[in-house]
Amino acid sequence: MEQILVYFFTYKEAIFVIALSIFLGIEVISNVPSVLHTPLMSGANAISGVIIIGGIILVGHADTTTLSLELILGFFAVIFGTLNVVGGFVVTDRMLEMFKKKKRP
Amino acid sequence: MEQIIGTINGIDFTLGETILELSYLISALLFVVGLKLLSHPETARRGNFYAGGGMVLAMITTLLLHKDTGGNGISLTNVWIILSAITMGSVMGWIVARRVKMTAMPQLVSLFNASGGAASALVALLEFPNADMNNLGSVLVTILGLIIGSVAFSGSMIAYGKLDGKVKDIFSGIMTYINLLLLVVVVVLSVYIMISGQTPEQLNWVIYLLLGVSLLYGIMFVMPIGGADMPVVISLLNSFTGIAAAMAGFIYNNQAMILGGILVGAAGTILTLLMCKAMNRSLLNVIIGSFGGGGTSAANQEGGDMKEISLSDASILLSYSKSVVIVPGYGLAVAQAQHVCHELEELLSGKGVNVRFAIHPVAGRMPGHMNVLLAEADVPYNQLVEMENINPDMPNTDVVMVIGANDVVNPAALNDPSSPIAGMPIINAHLAKNIIVMKRGRGKGYAGIENELFFGEKTRLLFGNAKDSLQNLVNEIKSL
Repeated sequence: MEQILVYFFTYKEAIFVIALSIFLGIEVISNVPSVLHTPLMSGANAISGVIIIGGIILVGHADTTTLSLELILGFFAVIFGTLNVVGGFVVTDRMLEMFKKKKRP
Repeated sequence: MEQIIGTINGIDFTLGETILELSYLISALLFVVGLKLLSHPETARRGNFYAGGGMVLAMITTLLLHKDTGGNGISLTNVWIILSAITMGSVMGWIVARRVKMTAMPQLVSLFNASGGAASALVALLEFPNADMNNLGSVLVTILGLIIGSVAFSGSMIAYGKLDGKVKDIFSGIMTYINLLLLVVVVVLSVYIMISGQTPEQLNWVIYLLLGVSLLYGIMFVMPIGGADMPVVISLLNSFTGIAAAMAGFIYNNQAMILGGILVGAAGTILTLLMCKAMNRSLLNVIIGSFGGGGTSAANQEGGDMKEISLSDASILLSYSKSVVIVPGYGLAVAQAQHVCHELEELLSGKGVNVRFAIHPVAGRMPGHMNVLLAEADVPYNQLVEMENINPDMPNTDVVMVIGANDVVNPAALNDPSSPIAGMPIINAHLAKNIIVMKRGRGKGYAGIENELFFGEKTRLLFGNAKDSLQNLVNEIKSL
């Protein structure tokens, strides 16, 4: 119990961020027209690629003198993260590009 | 950048650290604003651009300014390694995202989601040896990041395989128990790691075992779910990836990661619940999968015969109607018939027919699937009408044309309480004056439920592949 409280205090800012982000996420998303469900999901998917920051930090401080597991798997983590970010945003843009064309001949 | 500009609680902080945190704040704000703009048709593209900009900013500043606890920045060798990984990921992502056909969009979203999950799982796995075993909270977030990331990865890969037609739905009653067992194993392993009091090196085997079991759980969890439930699962897996990223953010105490991840987690959860509501089922019900495969073959209806309609009759009926509503379903996507469908719609509009599309929230295999499909064929989105808005117009509609949809127009949902889809809101196609149903064959829909709409007095069927049928119909109308 005490440990949980200690943990709460240590990370109080992060916990505040979490609690408020949940409401923010709900607030921002509510009342989305169904026409945007796919692009929204895809765009959100790209944002979850924020894990790339973790990958950069991990590989950034890895020991490069030997070919460690950390370095190899970390390298893949960065590749996967970038794939998620770049692919996600590009594909969302492609979808939204289609929605743009609404003029009738 | 090394200049010390102030002190907080006795610890100096430099200009670089301050700029880094500021950039994270800006990134986080860009994520929020981007997501907000993404939820309105006019601003959506700008929103996507903002969120992407936030991501690039955070990546650049992290690369340039991040310091470990010892105060060492990222050395040049590592920067090059990271940049090469980023280049490889970007090139792959760009090519795949640009090249893939629009109809393969659901698969692609799943694939990208899987790669995000994999990245989260790897980061958590590699950070575990650095975890402070006395700080249970930090161990917990690492384990959670690993579990959720791996489930999101393997689950999304299975979802990808299913959407691509490579993996079949497998359902048997035992799977529910196997899944439950796997879940118990995951919890037991996690608790063991947290209370065993051993060092991370000693626990190495447990963490790899946990990784394996979590991956297996992801596979088993998505395996039995299919068909109409696919949009729910895809959206759920999406929110998992967000939560996994947020857990990793906790490991680094990085606010941008936490906010971004939780934002996606919350948004994904809302979208998931929205999908569930559209089917009038609980999330638990979808996950356990009450109508996976065999299940209820209850209503073996007497119903009467299906009455066919000839192409010329259909074309005359459509051409001389005032108002036509098209109800598209997964069959339209499978047959890739969206372009010819648009052609038909333009042809009829040219004759003065009011043509609209009725979109059911769970039609297709991912949230909003039909919208993307029809947008690809240049159907203006103001012609796509949501279920609640089209239903009141149904009794005044001359012809409803159901293309490759089944359960979303099944009146059993309204009037048969014993039906597996009882209570699911449907498009009230049965209230229209005439109904034309395009079907490949006489088979039942995905859920294996007989659809009395097909046997109705006002219903006529046009058998065949949706693309061919539509093409023939277009030719017939042109020659009228």
